Amino acid sequence: MGISRRSALKALVAAAATATLRRRKAQAAAVVARPDAVGLLYDATRCVGCKACMAACNKANDLPADTALSSGLSQMPVDLNERTKNIIKLYKDPASGEYSFVKRQCMHCLDPACTSACMLGALQKRDYGIVTYDPDLCIGCRYCQMACPFGVPRFEWSKVLPKIVKCELCNHRLAKGLNPACTEVCPTGAVIFGKYTDLLAEAHRRLEQHPGRYVPQVYGETEVGGTQVLYLAQVDFAKLGLPAYSSEPVPTAVREVFQEIYQGIVPPIALYALLAAVLTRSRRQLTGEEPETEE
Amino acid sequence: MIAEAEPRAVGGAVFRRPFYILLAIAALAIALMLWRFVAGLGATTALNDGYPWGLWIAFDVVTGTAFASGGYAMVLLVYILNRGQYHPLVRPALLTSAFGYSIAGLSVVIDVGRPWLAYKLPFFWHWNLRSVLLEVSLCIMSYTIVLWIELGPAILERARGSSISWIRRLGIQWLPAVRRSLVWVVAAGIMLPTMHQSGLGTLLLLSGPRLHPLWNTIMLPLLFLISCISMGFGMVVIESSLSSRMLGRRPEMGMLAGLGSAMRPVLILYLAVRLIDLVVRKQIDQLFAFDIFSIMSLLEFALFFGALSLLREEYQRRDLGTLFRASMCMLLGGALYRFDVFLLAFQPGPQWSYFPSVQETLISFGLVAAEVAGYVVLINWFPILAGADPSRLQRAPAN
Repeated sequence: MGISRRSALKALVAAAATATLRRRKAQAAAVVARPDAVGLLYDATRCVGCKACMAACNKANDLPADTALSSGLSQMPVDLNERTKNIIKLYKDPASGEYSFVKRQCMHCLDPACTSACMLGALQKRDYGIVTYDPDLCIGCRYCQMACPFGVPRFEWSKVLPKIVKCELCNHRLAKGLNPACTEVCPTGAVIFGKYTDLLAEAHRRLEQHPGRYVPQVYGETEVGGTQVLYLAQVDFAKLGLPAYSSEPVPTAVREVFQEIYQGIVPPIALYALLAAVLTRSRRQLTGEEPETEE
Repeated sequence: MIAEAEPRAVGGAVFRRPFYILLAIAALAIALMLWRFVAGLGATTALNDGYPWGLWIAFDVVTGTAFASGGYAMVLLVYILNRGQYHPLVRPALLTSAFGYSIAGLSVVIDVGRPWLAYKLPFFWHWNLRSVLLEVSLCIMSYTIVLWIELGPAILERARGSSISWIRRLGIQWLPAVRRSLVWVVAAGIMLPTMHQSGLGTLLLLSGPRLHPLWNTIMLPLLFLISCISMGFGMVVIESSLSSRMLGRRPEMGMLAGLGSAMRPVLILYLAVRLIDLVVRKQIDQLFAFDIFSIMSLLEFALFFGALSLLREEYQRRDLGTLFRASMCMLLGGALYRFDVFLLAFQPGPQWSYFPSVQETLISFGLVAAEVAGYVVLINWFPILAGADPSRLQRAPAN
């Protein structure tokens, strides 16, 4: 064996240290939406809170209405849950009277955390950049729930054979040439469906046309690297449960440490070979002292 | 090799009252685990959409496998740093590790919602190579197998001395092959924990936007890796002192004191990385905000610094009581760090809360009981512990 234990160890430690410490300066490589990307534009100033989109969503997705709060009378979820992929919530400040509705559903991030988390790719960006769910590849680990910065994926806690529940932008309807159910029933056009680039242009057009009406920002344009669902509102987005996230995609940190260390599985194999080489020198002790094992 | 240091089966009576109590607790846990599959996760746990990972992940998997890092830490020390004098501590450490990892694997099976699809995990054409959890779970599964193979010689040595002829044949036939393969197995036994113990920290990097700044750092994988080694050493000390007390034997004080000094650089490295990271990220003021986050962080620091100060002088390291307290500090510090990252630093929003249900707690408790029971059985039946008391030696089967 040519490698001395000490130099092998040094090499190992150095490799581990550089790999861990090597943090590329955030190159801010903006995430580019794929050309066929579609999405939603929700304009909170146009929403009247009728919740027609919620009923339509449940119907289109074969979800039973969550009527727990109303003793079975009407659909009254308090949040997204295993029966609710889409919800209209009301923000109201009792002191100032400032209020706004907000629609919540999957944001269909350009660079999603959930698809990076998912072990077997049950959650994947498939056609049109829609983050879709394939239960046949889901073992129910719920790492997507830990990862999603918007708390979107929900789990069927009440079921013995549970699945993840999340908005898939009605991709089954898109396949039939229909639009997402929520956009079809909205009476005021508060939520519209379209090509991502068109929606972004429309959002900016509205901001320019009515400068005083909106917070001057399209939420989702840059947040977590961009989302295919865009928001306009007259109230600070953070108050609507849409936090002021940076433009860094959530999986960036993981990419920096994890994917760089394990690049193409070569480093683990090299480490394994190195360890085996070092261990060969401890062989006598390792294999036991009895002469019969010493061939 | 001194005869005293040869591993021997303890060979005492296993089936006494404390053992039956352990079995009863384990049986209760098994019943509750079966009930979880009948009733579902919602009915049996306090888990929710805000806190989808609870006690089973934070304790049984993340903390449990760190407690079970003794095998990793000892193998590193003995075979890589070439400290052959600690060889007698390797087998008991591997045994604790093998049980710890097996228990962690079992916890994952009850924790995941759709375990019937877990068989797809080993098939590479399904793999999402960006998934840290995939790496962690594949490593934990393979490492559990590796640990039991590493224990193979102990089990086969015993089999060789069996009075049943086919078991004896099995031992005689397989022992040389297993011994020959050990270089490759032990290499995996170092690589896999390096990968997944750091990976457990990497997991939470994906929750970064919702992680408290005191813990949200790209150094998470490194901190998890370093602290698991200190926890592994701590566990070896605790297990060694407990088993020597229970079995009425003299503790291997020289070796344990040596471990005490081996822990120091590990602790210093951990504390240095943790502190420098807080300074570099300009979060040091958060440490003294005296809210729950700051208090828990300070408690972590107190435990790690406490362990370090208890190990400062040689006379302290030669005192089993002090060494035991230092190890306890280390285990608690590492455990608290893991709980803090997974359950406290992770903030899904004010509308969510989580406190483990009775079933969750009893299952975790029962799995530990099963682990202890299994340990007792194996040290009694197989040559694991070194230098058994001569009065008991005659009861041990000669091999």
